[in-house]
Amino acid sequence: MVLDYPLIWGFLIAVAIFAYVTLDGFDLGIGILYPTTKDADQRTLMMNSVAPVWDGNETWLILGGGGLFAVFPLAYSVIMPAVYAPIIGMLIGLIFRGVAFEFRFKSSVESRPFWDISFFAGSVVAAFCQGLVLGTLVQGIDVVDRAYAGGWWDWLTPFSVMTGFAVISGYALLGSTWLVMKLEGVPQAHFRRVSRYATVVLICFLLLVSMWMPFINEKIMEKWFSYPYFLFTFPLPVLVAVTTLVLWRALSINADYTPFLTSLGIFLLAYVGLGISIYPYLVPHVYTFREAAAPDKSLKFLLVGAVVLIPMILAYTGYAYYVFRGKIKSTDGYH
Amino acid sequence: MDSLAVDLARLQFAFTVAFHIIFPSFTIGLASFLAALEGLWLWTGRDVYLRVFKFWIVIFALTFAMGVVSGIVMAYQFGTNWSVFAEKAGPVVGPLMGYEVLTAFFLEAGFLGIMLFGMNRVGKKLHFFATVVVAIGTALSAFWILSVNSWMQTPAGYSINDVGQFVPANWWEIIFNPSFPYRLVHMVLAAYLTTAFVVAAVGAYHLLRDRTNEAAKVMFSMAMWMMIVVTPIQMLVGDLHGLNTLEHQPAKIAAMEGHFESQGPAPLILFGWPDENAGETKYKVEIPYLSSIILTHSLDGVVPGLKEFPREDWPPAAIVFVAFRLMVGIGSLMLLVGVWGLWSRFRGRLYEDKWLHRASIIMGPTGFIAVIAGWTITEVGRQPYTVYGLLRTSESASPIEAPAVWASLIILIAVYCTVFGIGIFYIFRAMAKSPDTSEGVEEGIPVRTAGITPAQALQPHKGDRPHGS
Ligand code: HDD
Ligand code: HEM
Ligand code: HEM
Repeated sequence: MVLDYPLIWGFLIAVAIFAYVTLDGFDLGIGILYPTTKDADQRTLMMNSVAPVWDGNETWLILGGGGLFAVFPLAYSVIMPAVYAPIIGMLIGLIFRGVAFEFRFKSSVESRPFWDISFFAGSVVAAFCQGLVLGTLVQGIDVVDRAYAGGWWDWLTPFSVMTGFAVISGYALLGSTWLVMKLEGVPQAHFRRVSRYATVVLICFLLLVSMWMPFINEKIMEKWFSYPYFLFTFPLPVLVAVTTLVLWRALSINADYTPFLTSLGIFLLAYVGLGISIYPYLVPHVYTFREAAAPDKSLKFLLVGAVVLIPMILAYTGYAYYVFRGKIKSTDGYH
Repeated sequence: MDSLAVDLARLQFAFTVAFHIIFPSFTIGLASFLAALEGLWLWTGRDVYLRVFKFWIVIFALTFAMGVVSGIVMAYQFGTNWSVFAEKAGPVVGPLMGYEVLTAFFLEAGFLGIMLFGMNRVGKKLHFFATVVVAIGTALSAFWILSVNSWMQTPAGYSINDVGQFVPANWWEIIFNPSFPYRLVHMVLAAYLTTAFVVAAVGAYHLLRDRTNEAAKVMFSMAMWMMIVVTPIQMLVGDLHGLNTLEHQPAKIAAMEGHFESQGPAPLILFGWPDENAGETKYKVEIPYLSSIILTHSLDGVVPGLKEFPREDWPPAAIVFVAFRLMVGIGSLMLLVGVWGLWSRFRGRLYEDKWLHRASIIMGPTGFIAVIAGWTITEVGRQPYTVYGLLRTSESASPIEAPAVWASLIILIAVYCTVFGIGIFYIFRAMAKSPDTSEGVEEGIPVRTAGITPAQALQPHKGDRPHGS
């Protein structure tokens, strides 16, 4: 059978990264929002609302990174050195917030604030570094002879710092709307308020990114205004606006689920916009996904597994979410 | 690529992987132990199994969290520090690691939540199922990553394309490359042994404090059985593993044995110090013929020496030599403890023999030391190659300047030592609590761990089965 393996894999990796961004996005968001409350029980609730699922969420990151290594090794090998420091920063952030899930409940009461800070700071740093990586890729990186040729500070620019903050705000929105869904009563009302702030900030960032991006990289500008891409680029802002309005209204009428779902919608639209801007490149404007792909034999071998296993993964992950469905109670223990 | 940066990257890899391996070595064994305990509990209905289960699941959760976060660092390091290796070997080893994610990590992560939090939500049988699945997940993870590592030791089933990448020719040969079966069995057994010694040490500690502690008895006895059964098998497998290495990586064996000259009959050097510059092993204590007997199964078989290989292909001999003695020495002590335990058991003094208990406590952490020593032999002995005989370590590293690697190395060391140091402290604290009263709520700390939820929901229906069967 003749299949376009690089195209299929490009799509699958894109899906894995999106799954990561939204799934880990909401639990990183919860860490980011820790300082919005001082109440220890409320913090326990926040953490417990994601404790059973965070590990699975983070596994998508390994699939994104590991998948890139497996099917687009050339892209993996030029991107990673280019974003060396942000990757190390992200890993360290993930360490601090990952262990906090366990340590916070094993520590003495006096040292608990330390793990609260670790959870918060780890989440913020991880989100920020992911934003830096995104910004760096959009700007483009120097490649000579199949290897990264830039310096080790090239990733640091005003644009990448801005995308870093944009990602923090996006995750904060996902986290707060997740909490609106999982909590009730006073804490829920609190996060409804937080969701509003987060929405406003995120929309500002989206505007800023969209206006700045064409100037950072003229190839993107060309793309946006050329046929057939503008058929996609122009409806997107309208869709974002509509989704935001629905989100806003859902927050006003105290809906439980809609805020989270519409926030996901905003993420999806932004992601599609980004995808259109850089398609067909994987390492923007250096290597297309075809040039970076491993030989078909590698892609085919892993695809066989992916076709069987990904539906299974979705099924049991879905089941895990189903087991822990509904509002989270303060009595929901652990182990 | 300057060589300082390469050395720093090696140091960083060695440091992070040595830390990482500590956690999987323990979780692979502990997951199976937990599955066994829960199975025994469901089968016999005896409460004490549930208490031991609950005692160890707390420790499992802590270890697992640290294994996950330290593992993610590993997965990204191939790109950050070893990008040339990643680009060249990616088409072969990448898909194997992809399978690890798809078959193992998702499985573990998906069912871990249910295993840790779901006792009162899904019922006993399904909960047991989740525990078993997590145990299977850890073993699958070992399967794939060891296949990757073994391929780097004994590459097979590949060809090389026009841009110098390794590309797959035969997946079966790649996965089941010549050293893989040995390495897999040896590593999984090592994980079981490591866990058995930790469990025995904790059981012994509580027996010394109170020799009627039922839960401590159960764990001590189970661990002692594990040791006496697995240690001899491990030695046998280790021997086979060595023969396999002799066939495929003779220079590594020469370094392990401390032989510079090829000779037959060859003596077994017990102790000494291989001096690479002088080209001989100094201060040696040796047993004649023994090396020939072990490695060739004949009295005068020829055993290779390092001088048979070009100087630039020698692995660092002294490290490999010392690490090998450390590992085998620990293995021998383990066997001793196992035999002692069996002997005490037959005399009916397994729970009274205070010296056995003390010895078990001292032996508690030795599994980890043996595992790290074993990996040091494997990896340092593969030098100066990353893909043995084909891709040199010096040609595998990323185009990254030394200061960047320095900075990340120092940060990683600082973070690992603090965070995992504290984690290990929490583990010790959890171990020190008596397993017979693990329901106990510590002052002021709402215990998510043992108390609140599962106790009532999980009590077997008393009267269903006779107790103490
Ligand atoms: C509890 C841990 C433990 C114990 C008691 C032993 N080993 Fe081991 N050994 C390991 C844990 C380990 C390990 C960490 O799991 C390694 C590293 C790579 C591997 O496959 O296993 C290893 C590697 C390793 C190698 C290197 C193979 C290679 O990479 O080419 C050899 C030859 C042996 N072992 C042989 C032995 C012998 C003869 C033992 C008899 C006492 C022994 N091991 C006990
Ligand atoms: C888990 C237990 C492991 C331990 C304790 C371990 C230990 C080490 C050590 C000590 C080195 C440095 C060797 C030197 O530079 O002299 C090293 C290097 C390396 N190992 Fe391992 N290793 C382990 C598993 C693995 C696995 C499973 C893989 C592959 C998937 C792997 C791939 C590498 C690579 C790429 C390097 C860097 C290049 C090099 O210096 O050889 N290791 N490891
Ligand atoms: C012999 C060597 C190794 C074995 C047996 C092993 C095994 C395991 C196991 C069982 C886990 C599950 C989590 C835990 O129990 O702590 C794990 C986690 C992990 N390991 Fe390793 N590992 C090894 C070396 C490596 C190396 C060299 C890498 C890097 C490529 C790696 C990458 C990972 C990752 C990314 C995770 C996190 C997965 C999760 O979210 O559950 N491991 N490893």
